[in-house]
Amino acid sequence: MVKRIVVGAHYGFRDWLAQRITAAVMAAYTVVFVIAFAAAAPAGHAAWKAFFAQGWMRVASLLFFASLFYHAWIGVRDILMDYVKPVWLRLSLEVLAILALVGYAGWAVQILWRN
Amino acid sequence: MRISIYRYDPDQDARPYMKDYDVPVEPTDRMLLDLLVKVKALDDSFAFRRSCREGVCGSDAMNINGKNGLACITRIAELREPVELRPLPGLPVVRDLIVDMTQFFHQYHSIKPYLVNNDPSPELERLQSPADRAELDGLYECILCACCSTSCPSFWWNPDKFVGPAGLLNAYRFLADSRDQAANARLDDLEDPYRLFRCHTIMNCVDACPKNLNPTRAIGKIKEMMVRRTV
Amino acid sequence: MALATRKFDAVVVGAGGAGLRAALQLSEAGLRVAVLSKVFPTRSHTVAAQGGIGAALGNMGEDSWLWHMYDTIKGSDWLGDQDSIEFLCREAPKVVIELEHFGMPFDRNDNGTVYQRPFGGHMQNMGAGPAVQRSCCAADRTGHAMVHTLYQRNVRANTQFFVEWLALDLVRDASGQVLGVTALEMETGEVSILQARATLFATGGSGRMFQSSTNAFINTGDGLGMAARAGIPLEDMEFYQFHPTGVHGAGILITEGVRGEGGMLLNKSGERFMERYAPNAKDLASRDVVSRAMATEIKEGRGCGPGADYLLLKLDHLGPEVIDKRLPGIREISIKFANVDPVKDAIPVVPTAHYQMGGIPTNYHGEVIVPQGGNPSAVVPGFYAAGECACASVHGANRLGTNSLTDLVVFGKAAGDAVIRFLKENPGEKDLPADAAERTLTRLARLEAQKNGESVHEVGAALRRTMQAHCGVFRFPDMLAEGLHMIREVAERVGRVEIRDKSKVFNTARVEALELENLIEAARATMVAADARKESRGAHDRADFHRRDDANWLKHSLWYRDGDRMDYKPVNLKPLTAEPIPPKARTY
Repeated sequence: MVKRIVVGAHYGFRDWLAQRITAAVMAAYTVVFVIAFAAAAPAGHAAWKAFFAQGWMRVASLLFFASLFYHAWIGVRDILMDYVKPVWLRLSLEVLAILALVGYAGWAVQILWRN
Repeated sequence: MRISIYRYDPDQDARPYMKDYDVPVEPTDRMLLDLLVKVKALDDSFAFRRSCREGVCGSDAMNINGKNGLACITRIAELREPVELRPLPGLPVVRDLIVDMTQFFHQYHSIKPYLVNNDPSPELERLQSPADRAELDGLYECILCACCSTSCPSFWWNPDKFVGPAGLLNAYRFLADSRDQAANARLDDLEDPYRLFRCHTIMNCVDACPKNLNPTRAIGKIKEMMVRRTV
Repeated sequence: MALATRKFDAVVVGAGGAGLRAALQLSEAGLRVAVLSKVFPTRSHTVAAQGGIGAALGNMGEDSWLWHMYDTIKGSDWLGDQDSIEFLCREAPKVVIELEHFGMPFDRNDNGTVYQRPFGGHMQNMGAGPAVQRSCCAADRTGHAMVHTLYQRNVRANTQFFVEWLALDLVRDASGQVLGVTALEMETGEVSILQARATLFATGGSGRMFQSSTNAFINTGDGLGMAARAGIPLEDMEFYQFHPTGVHGAGILITEGVRGEGGMLLNKSGERFMERYAPNAKDLASRDVVSRAMATEIKEGRGCGPGADYLLLKLDHLGPEVIDKRLPGIREISIKFANVDPVKDAIPVVPTAHYQMGGIPTNYHGEVIVPQGGNPSAVVPGFYAAGECACASVHGANRLGTNSLTDLVVFGKAAGDAVIRFLKENPGEKDLPADAAERTLTRLARLEAQKNGESVHEVGAALRRTMQAHCGVFRFPDMLAEGLHMIREVAERVGRVEIRDKSKVFNTARVEALELENLIEAARATMVAADARKESRGAHDRADFHRRDDANWLKHSLWYRDGDRMDYKPVNLKPLTAEPIPPKARTY
């Protein structure tokens, strides 16, 4: 294989923007959560469950976790790009990261929509 | 004043070493470069680059007490003793304080550092308002000394793919020029996870620039242009 | 020993303003060009030019190239060749517009045109005055903006640069034709021959021959040394310009643009003394006049400071806005090198060695010319020069501010064009003579083998001390005679310089020794020519011949290295198309 250095994978801007948008989503969720919590702090496990079982809260939480995982994916890949030079090792680690993050996302859905 | 200098001559030395020199500081000596000239008189095998000795040519960039700067505008009075001088970090050392800047200039060249305007040349100058011209301030003054790029961890890790702060500052110099017509192509070229987006706003470049320029701000403006183009 | 030989259509030595402009012309013509530079191109000394490039664009009010031409001839104290000066002033607006099209970031007026500021010696209406705004500038970083723009344009044209290569000697064959240069690649220490059908020198000045100089370390007169060793005479070397405003003690240049924007020089009693010396132009008289006035003030005890050895450049009355917009670099330099913020306090300044008006003799095409068989201007085939190393002669006995940058681009381009024409008319390639590299190899071998010699540092210091003390703003017959003796002694010491460092890799000791061999030729030429010229004209001021003497000395001097002798040739007083401007008394 030739050893030429090639660049030009046109996802830099998209990912950079996504990282900022997902960060904004997470920040907004945190603010909403704190306000909702301050307005009526749920007492006890049952109240907590009920709080998270509300329809809007489920959607908001899902949005938060989706943002978190996408944000994390970009961050983890950035680190791998900086520090892991062998292409096959990097690709393997990236696949592992994707599998883990997708797994976490499924798990989050499962938790949020449990009963 | 004691100056401890990184020495390495691949022709003679198996490995680099630090060598101490004691040079008398006279009242006429103001800048570190004045002392380096004295060291050179003591030991003619000490190699470093220098030219204008007033901070405009960018030759004598080096790592001074851990921070990149130009010897010719670094005041002796402000230096901690012993002064430790090393070559710019992250670039191959040719000899002593002289580094191989090929990679740095390769990145500078890669951004097509020239005005692109395909209209027929007018008889007189292309007009530019003072406000449009002011957009170039803080950009065109770059002296290509490499203090910024060689203080940037992202450039250390990916000097072959990341344009680096100096190159990106110059890229924005042309993006910001009202006379340039290649903005789209320039943005397309930088729209890459490596070329532009290895910048993690660490801001070492801003700290290192001896001309007080702000590459991080220029990089931010490039991203802003991409946002405006996209949405 | 056979050296590696590389072949090109043209070799350009030096990559400052003139070299880059010439290289661009050649590259864009599709020629195979090698551009040698001992520093990365944007580190060339052009980068330090501050105040502007002179061209009668007329953006600020009425102006004409004829007025510019008059001012330049008067500035030259009538020693400039009027054909070259007409060419310079007529081409100036074109090349400045071209630089703008290349992308140079000139300052702008409200209507979008290039801003121009007043500069010393530039007047309206054929010298009648008042001052005209002719200096096109990019703040006070015009040279920086220009050399970067030209480098960028060469990147676009795919010019082939040989960065950190030091040219060592000219290669000439028996007929005198120039066939290239020998050169040292600093990084490897390898010497090779760069063979070319045309060789263009743009190697800059020799300002490092003075102790106190505005010049970069690299300005060691390399082209002059190479030319002199190859038998080419050096023209008008006695005319060395002292810039009025170098930072006291440090020698860093403070642009004349400061006075152009309204700054003024004061002596210790706060008097604006230039009103006495130049009632019309005052602080904007030409540089030789201002420098002499300053030296007189200091000599007569009206200098400032404990040593009464400097004067003050006041600009705080311009206000911080003007200073930050038009003179930001000056503020930076003053704070750094003079511990003075010009927004509040005046800058301590002294006349400082700045620019060599003389150099390798050329015509206005950039072709190198020498007297031969009765013809005072016989062209040396294949050899061209432009910029400070050349003497076209547009600056004569004194250069006007802003005309150096104009010179670089006008004659850089013209020389490029001349090379293109020459190559078209002379398609054949000549063989190198067998002894092409002999001079170079002898010099290098001497340097390698030298034992018990002095260091470059010691001999260089002696050279600079001698030039500073004996060949300064004012020149005295006894000091010149003594200086002549001393500089010849220094020249002998240069021939015995020893370096301890013998490494092949980036041996800067060797480079400095080779540079000193060039610098001494420029210094000798300057001293010998100064001693020989028995009059005062422009920058050359003799205590024993206080007047300009057109009857005997309206002529160019030529110094030959062989025999250390002088010759002379007439000044061309006939412009190309304009009316001649006959010599008259010069007052500002």
